[in-house]
Parts: sequence; C-alpha cells; structure tokens
Amino acid sequence: MSDTHAQSVAFVRHDSIPPSPPPATQAGAVKWMRENLFSTWLNAAMTIIAVYFIARLVGFAFPWFWNGVWDADTIKECREIVAAAGNTTGACFAVLVDRWDHLLFGFKYPQAEYWRPTLAFVLLIVAILPVLFSNHFPRKMLILTGLYPFIAFWLIWGGSLWVPLFILASIFLTMAVFRAVESMSVSMRTMLAAVVGVLSGLGLAYLLYSGATELWFISDSIGTADAFSTVASLVFKALSVFTYIFFIPMGIFVGYAIFNDAEDGGLVTLVTALAAIYLLLAYALGPVSSAINSIIPIELEAVPSRDMGGYMLSMILGVICVSLSIPLGILLALGRQSNMPLIKGVCVVFIEFIRGVPLITLLFVANVMLAYFMPPQSNFDLILRVIIMITMFSSAYIAEVIRGGLAALPKGQYEAADSLGLNYTQATRLIILPQALKISIPGIVNVAVGLFKDTTLVSVISMFDIVGMIRGPIQQSTDWISIYWEVYLFAAGVFFIVCFSISKYSQWLERQLATDHR
Amino acid sequence: MTTMTDPHASTGSQGFKLSMLLNDTRYRSLTFQFIALVAIIAFMAFVGGNLVRNLAEAGLNISYAFLGEPAGYDINQRPIEYDSQSSHGRAAMVGILNTLIVSFLACVTATVIGVFAGVLRLSNNWIVARIMSVYVEIFRNVPVLIWILIIFSIMINALPAPRDFRGADASSSMLFDMFAFTNRGVYAPAPEFLNSFGSAALNWLMVIGALVLSFVVARTVKRWATTKQEATGIRPATWYINLAVWIVPVALVLFFLGLTWNFPELKGFNFKGGMQVRGSLIALWFALAIYTGAFIAENVRAGILAISKGQTEAAGALGLRPNRIMSLVVLPQALRVIIPPLISHYLNITKNSSLAIAVGYMDITATLGGITLLQTGRAIEAVLLLMLFYLTISLSISAIMNVFNNRMKLKER
Repeated sequence: MSDTHAQSVAFVRHDSIPPSPPPATQAGAVKWMRENLFSTWLNAAMTIIAVYFIARLVGFAFPWFWNGVWDADTIKECREIVAAAGNTTGACFAVLVDRWDHLLFGFKYPQAEYWRPTLAFVLLIVAILPVLFSNHFPRKMLILTGLYPFIAFWLIWGGSLWVPLFILASIFLTMAVFRAVESMSVSMRTMLAAVVGVLSGLGLAYLLYSGATELWFISDSIGTADAFSTVASLVFKALSVFTYIFFIPMGIFVGYAIFNDAEDGGLVTLVTALAAIYLLLAYALGPVSSAINSIIPIELEAVPSRDMGGYMLSMILGVICVSLSIPLGILLALGRQSNMPLIKGVCVVFIEFIRGVPLITLLFVANVMLAYFMPPQSNFDLILRVIIMITMFSSAYIAEVIRGGLAALPKGQYEAADSLGLNYTQATRLIILPQALKISIPGIVNVAVGLFKDTTLVSVISMFDIVGMIRGPIQQSTDWISIYWEVYLFAAGVFFIVCFSISKYSQWLERQLATDHR
Repeated sequence: MTTMTDPHASTGSQGFKLSMLLNDTRYRSLTFQFIALVAIIAFMAFVGGNLVRNLAEAGLNISYAFLGEPAGYDINQRPIEYDSQSSHGRAAMVGILNTLIVSFLACVTATVIGVFAGVLRLSNNWIVARIMSVYVEIFRNVPVLIWILIIFSIMINALPAPRDFRGADASSSMLFDMFAFTNRGVYAPAPEFLNSFGSAALNWLMVIGALVLSFVVARTVKRWATTKQEATGIRPATWYINLAVWIVPVALVLFFLGLTWNFPELKGFNFKGGMQVRGSLIALWFALAIYTGAFIAENVRAGILAISKGQTEAAGALGLRPNRIMSLVVLPQALRVIIPPLISHYLNITKNSSLAIAVGYMDITATLGGITLLQTGRAIEAVLLLMLFYLTISLSISAIMNVFNNRMKLKER
C-alpha cells in the first residue's frame, strides 16, 4: 500500500507509533478513586464523611482493643492494670480467659468432662461435612453421619453406652422385621395379618374406649357454671358420644383392613414393624441395657440436662431443632397442599398459629404450661420441653418456605408424575420434593440461621445459654460486676461466625444447584 | 394427586365393598381423614384429661376473674392512668399500649434506616457501599437479644448519672438546655396544652384530625393539578399550596390549644418535668430498629435490583428526567417487590418487642406474661391471653397484606 504513495507523498510512516501510557488521571489508583470515591460532589462529601466515621471508630476501638488486659482476676484489678500502664481505655479480655469454660459449657457441667462436648462438636463437623459438600467427600462418610446422633447423645449426656447402642440395634431389628414380613409367602403373611389385625383392632378399640371415657370425664369436670363452660362441656359430651359410637366399628375396620391387605402386605409390614420398635423401646430398652451394662460396664458420668449451658446449649438446641424441624416442616407443607380438607385445615391452623405468636410465648408454654398437659407425675425436663416448642416453631416457618417451593413448581411436573402412573408417595418422593426442596434451600437456611439466633431467647426462661451466663453468673458476680462490652462482643462474635458461614454456604450451594441456564 | 374415575361405572354393577375404603382412591382420602379425626379426638382426650387431673391436683381451675383483681405492682411507663390499685386487666392494657408504642417507633425508625442503607449499598461510592454491606452482615447475623442488651448496657453504664449535671463544674451538661442524656433515660421537652379540651387524648385527637384534614385537602390539590395538566399540558406548581395545606391547620389547632413546652429541669438528685424516655425503651427501640433495618435494607436493595435496566432506559428514551424516572417508573414497580416483606418485618418487630422482658420494659409480655402470671399463678390463662393478643395483631396485619397484594398484583391479561 505504502508504495503507491512513495512518489507523491513526502513522508510515509512504515511502522505504528507505540501506544503511549494513559494520562495519570485515567489509570491506576487515581482513576479508580475518581470513579469510585469522588465521581460527583455528593460522592466526595459522602467519602469524606465515611472516612471520618471510620477514623473515629478505629481511633476509639483500636486503643481499647490494643490496651486490652488478658490476665487479671477481677474487673477492679483489670482497671488498675490499664490505669497503671497509663492508658485511658483498655478492654478487660481477662474475663473471657477467666470465664472461658462458663461461656462455652455453662457453670454446672463437670469440669473433668469438658472433652466430651468438645469431641462431640468436632465429630459434628466431621459428620456434617459429607452432607454439606456431598460431591467432595466419599459417600461412606454418611455412615458416620447416621451414627452421629447416638454418639453425640452418649458423649454429651453420658450414662451407659448400651442405651444408645440398644436404640440403634432396635432400629436395625425393626428394619429386619420389616424385610422379613415383606418377603414372607402370602399364606404365612395372611396368618400373621390375621393375628396382627385382631390385636391392633382390639388395641385401637380399647384406646378409643378409654378416650371416650376420658372425654366424658372432661365434660363432667368442666361443669355448667356459666354459658361458656356449658357449651364447652356439651362439645366434649358430643365428642365422647361420637367416640363411644365409633370405637367398635373403628377397631373392626382397622383389623379388617390389615387382614385384607395381607396380599399386598404394605399395612401388615408397617404395623408389625411399628409394634416391634414400640415393644423394643418401651419394654426391652431399660432391662436389656442395664443387664448388659452390669456384665460389661461401659459408661460415662451421666450429666442431667439442666447442667447444660453456655454456647454448648445453643449448639445443642440449634442442631437438634433444625434437624428435627426439616422433616416435620416437609410433612406440614405437604399437609397444607393436600386436597383432604381436614388434614389441610389442621396444618393451616397449626402453621398460622405458630407463626402468629412470638417464640417467647411458646417458651413460656414450655416453661409453665406444658407440664399441665402431660400425665400427672410424668417428669419431662425443661430442655426437652424447650426442644419440642422450638422445633414446632421452626417447623411452621420451614413449612411455609417449602410450600413456596411446592407452589413454584410448574403444574406440568405434577401432571407428568401422574401420567407416568406414579402414586402419591412415589410422585412426591421422586418428582416433587427434590425440585421443591432445591428451590427452598435459601429459605430453609434463612430459617435455620434465624432459629440458631433465637436460641438465645431461652435465657429469658432462666436457662443458662451464653447470654444467660453473661447476664447471670458473670455480670452478677462480685469479680466481674457489670462488665458488658467484652462479653457481649464475644457472644456476638461466636454467633456471627456461625451464622455468617451458614449464609455464605447457602449462597455457594445455590450456585452449585443452579442447573438452569441463565 | 388421585386418579378420578366415574364412581358409578364400577359401583353400579358390583356394589360397595368395605375394602374399597382402603384400596379405591375415590374413598381412600375419606378414610384417611376419618382416621385423622379420630386421632385428633384421641389427642384432645389425652391432653384435656391430663389438664383436668393436673388442675384438680393443684387445686386450680380455669378462670379469668383475676383480670378484675387489683394488680398491686407498679408500671414505670404509663400511657394511660394506672396505679398499683388498678386491676390486672388494666395492667395488661398498659402493657398492650407499651408494646404498640415501641413497635410503632421501631417500625418507623427501621424503615428509615433500611431504605437509607439499602439505597446506599447500591451507591457507586465504593467506601459507602462497603460500610453498608458490613452493617447489614453484622447486624443480620447476631441475635437481636444481644443487640438489645448491648444498647441497654450502654444506656445504663456509659451515660452520666443525673448528679453529674449538678453544680458549677458539672461533668455533663444538657444539650441545648433541652435534652439530658442520663443513665436513667433521656429527658426531653414535653408538649403541654394550656386550653385543654378535657383530656390529653382528646387534645391529641384534635391534632390528628387536623393532619387527616390536611391529607384529604392535599389529595384534592393533587387531583386538581393532574386534571389541569391533562387539560392544558402544563402542571401548575403546587408546592406552596401543599406547604400551606400541611402547616396551617395543625398550626391553628396547636395555637388554639395553647401549646407550650415543659422543659426538664434538674431538681435535687433527678430531673423533673419534661418527658422521660427510659433506657429500656430506647434500648428496645433502637436495637429492634437497627436489627430489622438490616433486613429491610436487603429487601430494598433486592427490590431496586429487581427492576430491569430496560425500564430505566426506556423511560430515559421517552425523555423523562432521572428523578421522574425514579418516581414514575422505578419506584412504583420496586414497591411491589419491597412492601410485602416490609410488612412481614413490621410483624417481626411487633413479635420481637416481646424481648422487652429482658430489659424490664413493661410491655404485654412483661405485665401479663410476667408479673401478673407470677403473682396470680394463672399460667394457662395468662399465656393464652398473651398468645391471643399477638395472634390478633398478626392475623389482622396479614389480612391487610393480602388485600394489598391483591390490589398491587400485576394485572395480566
């Protein structure tokens, strides 16, 4: 090209000019600051205010933190050390060192046994990793996850090892019974079904008969003092009469249903397995485990529930309640979607009631009311009652999240499952739930984080979780009277670490599960 | 999920068999529901029977007569007349009002903080956006109870005692001679009316009435301006009319009522006069506001991000200016996303205000569910009434929200 002009043009450039660097204001840190900090007058003002704010905060907090005293016995001694060093501010982190055990384990858990909850916590991480990162860990580690509840129960509460082992064995035994009944020949199963049918029919009839008697008793004791109790009394009388009428037909019907189902085997198998596990746990657990224990004693010092405290209590409540409330929440959500009006109604009332009241009132129920609804002289300990109420609380919220997931599925999914000839259980298990749960994961994690934070509320009903420990034994002791920044910041820190990592995990999982094309 | 077939086709020839109750999908759901009904009745029998026996054993009965008996305890924040001779029912009323007061204050403050933080988190100023992210993450991930206790501790430990305001070389002084921040609470000037209409409630009702009147007139002015704009193409300037409409009626009412301010003064060892806002109220109010504000910030951010950029660009292409784009195109659409979770956060504030019991703020949980319950031993009745109160609030707010959602729903063809 250049040759064409060689004769007519005085100068032709043969090579390109090397690019010159951009102006100083258009490159590097200056450009970044111009764009991100000082793009307009308003932005510049905001930057200056923000920098001033951060400087004040750091200028206040850093000396406080840096001059912190880590070794002192009382708050007075600690203040003296700070003053002796010539500092005006200084934190008393010594309280954390001094009361470390109390903050983590409460003040009643036997000191020599601290290794047990610690080990349970480490194992929790090992057990939960294969669930959280299922692609990165061998599936065999899930066995540990399955065993974890028994190990953790034994480690934290102590007692004989044979109790959790026997419960585990009962589960396997029940599964064996289930398999055995399933693989029986039809004639054998018919005989079994006849026996099981008659027994469960009689059992149910007896149960309903006593229920009807009980209802009559309730109606009588309400009395007819005023209009309201008269109505209540009449309602219970009506229920009682209804049950009196139906207890024999119900018994016969259920017995017949089991017998009639022998060929298919589903009901017989289920009822036999349920009976097996009930008998094992109700009648064999105590005697058998104590018998084995007297021969081969393997036991840890038993620690009663009321001795649990500190951050350990929050972890116990959080982990147990979240893991129990997910299955319960799924059932409630399915119940709410059901086309059976009664079941739907019960689920709606339960969910809306629980969501309408604050957790504190439910904890009051656990604290002062639940005992009235249990058989006289039955002794439920507080931690179990609290676990029941918190589980109910969070399952209602999880149910709403999962209902959202179920509603978000296109109708075609349900119809496709039907057209494949799947029944309700199969369709739900294979088609509906996997997709609905995937959509609901962020919501479920939000509920789990919220629940974990809400475990601090148990301090209101005088349980000594980390907040309860701070407000009670620490702030009211003469040594550390009314110390607050250090301990509350510590409590806030431990909650922040857990909750923040859970929410980051959920965002990661959401990206992993995003199989649609965006 | 059941497969429906014509019921008459099979029953007509073979008749009804008992086994169909189980094996036939047409009747199976009825069977299940019947079983469920029986299970519920059995559960009620179990629970009710236990309750009756336990109450008989403890020598108790279910009665709400305690609500009429004198309460015998004092409440430090009384929006209505109350003394220790008043009934438990009255104490519960005071508690309800205190719950509503702190919830209202926290809702308003949380909305302001949330909108502010949510918008700033989207700011193109790097440092401001970062600060707001840190705020949201820190406050969302720490229990609200801890925030309440931290703020309460600051209120009672870090602020000066009233005696520090005494003397010539006082170590603390009042802000503008009007506000005193002490460890017993914040003292602020209180409005008082010289020409009262009987009761304080009536006076304030007059003021609220004036505000409602202004609202109605302001809407009429807006409609008039829109009509005029549609007729002539020019929107008349209404800002000065609006200013007058909002200020004049309230100012007139306040003038006729004779508004004066009662300033707090240091008398003896404490402040007298003015309005005392207690540390417990402030702790609860600000902790709830800052905590919930972090959640609201996330909703606001999500709402603004949910509006696709094309909307802004299309509005720009039509020639709208940035502020009109915001008010006419982006906000109306973003509000549809923001408001439903916002209302459920208001609900959460109301429910979380029950944590008042941790700092001794006398809300309904602390009066009815706390002292009244302990004094009378009427656990079941008190907790049931408490639940009923919260349930009423929750259900009425969700009812309002349903109406709102139906009205705001995208009108699709």
